[in-house]
Amino acid sequence: MTLHEGVTTGRRVQRLLSFNGWLVFAFLYLPILVVVVFSFSGAENVGIWGGFSVRWYERMLGNGPLLNAIENTLWVALWSTIVSTVVGTAAALALDRYRRWVGRGTFDAVLYMPVIIPDVTMAVMLLLWFTQIGLPLGRGSIILAHIAFNISFVAIVVRARLGNMDPAMEEAAADLYAGRWQAFRRVTLPLIMPGVLGGGLLALTLSLDDVVITSFVQGPGSTTLPVHVFGLIRRSVTPEINAVSTIMVTASMVLVFSSLAIQRRE
Amino acid sequence: MLDERSDGLPGKANPELERRAQRRESWRGFLHAVPAYVYLIVFFVLPLIVVFVFSFASRGRTGRPNLEGWNVDSWTRLTEPLVTTIVTRSVVMAIINTVACLVIGYAFAYWIATRPKLSTRNLLLVLVLIPFWSNFLVRTYAWRMLLDSDGYITQLGELTGLWGRLLFTLPAVFIGLLYGYLPFMVLPLYAAIERIDWSLVEAGRDLYASGTRAFLKITLPLSRPGIIAGSILVFIPSLGAYVTPDILGGAKTTLLGNFIVTQFGAARNWPFGSALSSAILIVMVLATILYFRSGARTI
Amino acid sequence: MTGGTVAVGLRGVTKVFGEDVIAVNDVDLEIRDGEFFSLLGPSGCGKTTTLRIIAGLEFPTRGSVQIYGEEMGLRPPNKRPVNTVFQSYALFPHMNVEDNVAFGLRMQKVDDAEVRRRTGEAIELVRLAGMGKRKPNALSGGQQQRVALARALVNQPKVLLLDEPLGALDLKLRQTMQLELKDIQSEVGISFVYVTHDQEEALTMSDRIAVMNEGELVQVGRSEDIYESPANLFVAGFVGDMVFLPGEIAEAGTVRLAGGEAVRARTSSAPGTGITLAVRPEMLHLYGDRSDAPTGRNAIPGIVVRKIFYGEALYYEIDIGTSGAFDVRVENVPSAKRWDIGDSVIVDFHLEAATAFAE
Repeated sequence: MTLHEGVTTGRRVQRLLSFNGWLVFAFLYLPILVVVVFSFSGAENVGIWGGFSVRWYERMLGNGPLLNAIENTLWVALWSTIVSTVVGTAAALALDRYRRWVGRGTFDAVLYMPVIIPDVTMAVMLLLWFTQIGLPLGRGSIILAHIAFNISFVAIVVRARLGNMDPAMEEAAADLYAGRWQAFRRVTLPLIMPGVLGGGLLALTLSLDDVVITSFVQGPGSTTLPVHVFGLIRRSVTPEINAVSTIMVTASMVLVFSSLAIQRRE
Repeated sequence: MLDERSDGLPGKANPELERRAQRRESWRGFLHAVPAYVYLIVFFVLPLIVVFVFSFASRGRTGRPNLEGWNVDSWTRLTEPLVTTIVTRSVVMAIINTVACLVIGYAFAYWIATRPKLSTRNLLLVLVLIPFWSNFLVRTYAWRMLLDSDGYITQLGELTGLWGRLLFTLPAVFIGLLYGYLPFMVLPLYAAIERIDWSLVEAGRDLYASGTRAFLKITLPLSRPGIIAGSILVFIPSLGAYVTPDILGGAKTTLLGNFIVTQFGAARNWPFGSALSSAILIVMVLATILYFRSGARTI
Repeated sequence: MTGGTVAVGLRGVTKVFGEDVIAVNDVDLEIRDGEFFSLLGPSGCGKTTTLRIIAGLEFPTRGSVQIYGEEMGLRPPNKRPVNTVFQSYALFPHMNVEDNVAFGLRMQKVDDAEVRRRTGEAIELVRLAGMGKRKPNALSGGQQQRVALARALVNQPKVLLLDEPLGALDLKLRQTMQLELKDIQSEVGISFVYVTHDQEEALTMSDRIAVMNEGELVQVGRSEDIYESPANLFVAGFVGDMVFLPGEIAEAGTVRLAGGEAVRARTSSAPGTGITLAVRPEMLHLYGDRSDAPTGRNAIPGIVVRKIFYGEALYYEIDIGTSGAFDVRVENVPSAKRWDIGDSVIVDFHLEAATAFAE
């Protein structure tokens, strides 16, 4: 909605708002910039500039456990994203397209619960459960855990997208002799694809970001990058962390831009 | 001719037709939900029950739960002064953080939403998304750098004489939480404000409302869904925050998240950790029920 | 004109939503082969639901639907030999015009060469040749409407269903499209079942009309019959303009108005019954003097209190006192006398022009 003439706020308020706006941007970006800048610092101590250097990046590339953690992170993210996107989309369809079925109300409630509980609680729940059923802790248990919370996020995003779709589309497809699966594949899916991709992207990000849950349900040797970095931060703070952080920030930016590119194609 | 083919005499009730169709639809809907349903039951509902059960267990030698001795020790411990202090501190911190995020975030979201050109708004939105999607850990670590002895913020504070080294204090945790969760407040708020039909505000001005009153009586209430969504997205993680207080806080600033994690680590008291977690779960579930009862249909 | 075969037969069709919302109540209908049939009524009268039941998008709670003698039963829409033009057009935004039109054929696994041939023909039929590669959002409302039509017709359905297809178009475009639809229907030769709330549209386009109100079928007949002999007060008021005056039956063939005037009219109830007198504005004529008016007809004196210019006609509101007022339509031709507010006039009409409807 464009702002019309009658809604302009007073000059003073305008200036305050703009000032606040730029202040917030500075607040959001400066810390990240500091981290990135100091990843190129040659000094041993974090926060002190010691001339331009890429030694920390070199150190990073030779760091075995770090590279192992990166590999685990990507593997876990890949599988948890794929599974949770498919399952979450199906769940969104179940809730949006079908009005009455057994247990719908309960499902609606259960589906949204992972979103509203803190991840600490989720971590505890899953650790106790895995221990109880004797599931060995490793990459597999991390993937299972990530899927558990990602399904709900995907479902929310896809459901919002479904809500915007004209239901007459599917009716028209049926009227034009399309069977259920054909109608889904040729009409529904292309129309909700931006939502599905958005949900998938969100799941991917949440998986890449996760610290607490992963740290609880991981096994030896199956640590992920965020957990590894977290450990580094707690033990000793070296500029190598800055280097890793810069890489992670760059990866995020790539994700943001690709998601925007996808949305452009609506 | 017509009579024979249909399920009964014309005009006579043949509910069979409609009910059969409805049952088919019902089955299809159910099938779509089955994978998610089963998964969530196995990996969410059952774990939930396990946590609750374990909160009544007794503490084994390694700290793991021993189900032989049922007791409510863990639950009674919840009333200990140490625990109540930590809980109060966490709740207060979460509330302060939510309010701060709301105030700053609303002004910010409103500013973006009222930029006249769509391209400006999109650009600003992208600029907000970048830190939002940056790794949470990295963003918290950045403050660790800034608030440390040689950190810039510390130097600034020493220069102006306003503060010293902020690391490992409660204010540091607050800054970290605010920084971490501000985008979670801004995005839903922006979505809600952007959607407002501004002609309603114009109508208010036309009916003699001043700018402030129009805002309070029209804009603010219309953005309520965004306020609620943003507040939930900030309050709950703030309450259970672990990474931020762990990195930026210290022993004196233990929050609920750290406290729970310790039970499964150094303190080796799994039943107690379960009790704490169960308590949080109960509160969350009750809050959600209330939220949906109040008429909201989705988050 | 139309064959005697029944294209669509509805028997006792009832649709109940939820516990107690009766959308369609016991409708019996026969739509004949090759006819342009309209379902007319105000919003919420059940006409769209009835159409959707024929299409298979809803299943009736009771009753049966037959298409050319075949009972439809539980058949989903993709198994029925009918196609629908939706109110919102429902064009697939991610496909271009050609792919939209070809969709139904491809779903029926028609081979490519024939798909191309028939798609081309359909696009030409609706006069959109050359637009095949465009996407729906690059088309105007009228063009989108024609794509929707082509997409349905290309499948050679036995019956075409149209759900208020012209609602989103402006007046001039709507009038053009009405004629085009009529021509296409004659050319293709199949029955069209057309849902609309616009009574003028229904009157101009249809061979027969079914008027519905609150889920029930009120009257079925040819356009002329619906207009000239409405079955009840509702149809009388809904279709076309009508002057209504309250009164009671004095004796067979005569009505006494509230102010005491006696009016000759068509009556069907017993003397003393309270009725509403209904007469079409165009049946009324104005004269300055009783001597100018022809004898042997109804003649009621009154005063011009309002005058509205409609372009092709003028409407005069004539206040006749306690009984009420007449709206008189006078065609705008050079020979027609123009009246002014305040003029005393005589309202003249034929003895059988008005109908008395019981309450």
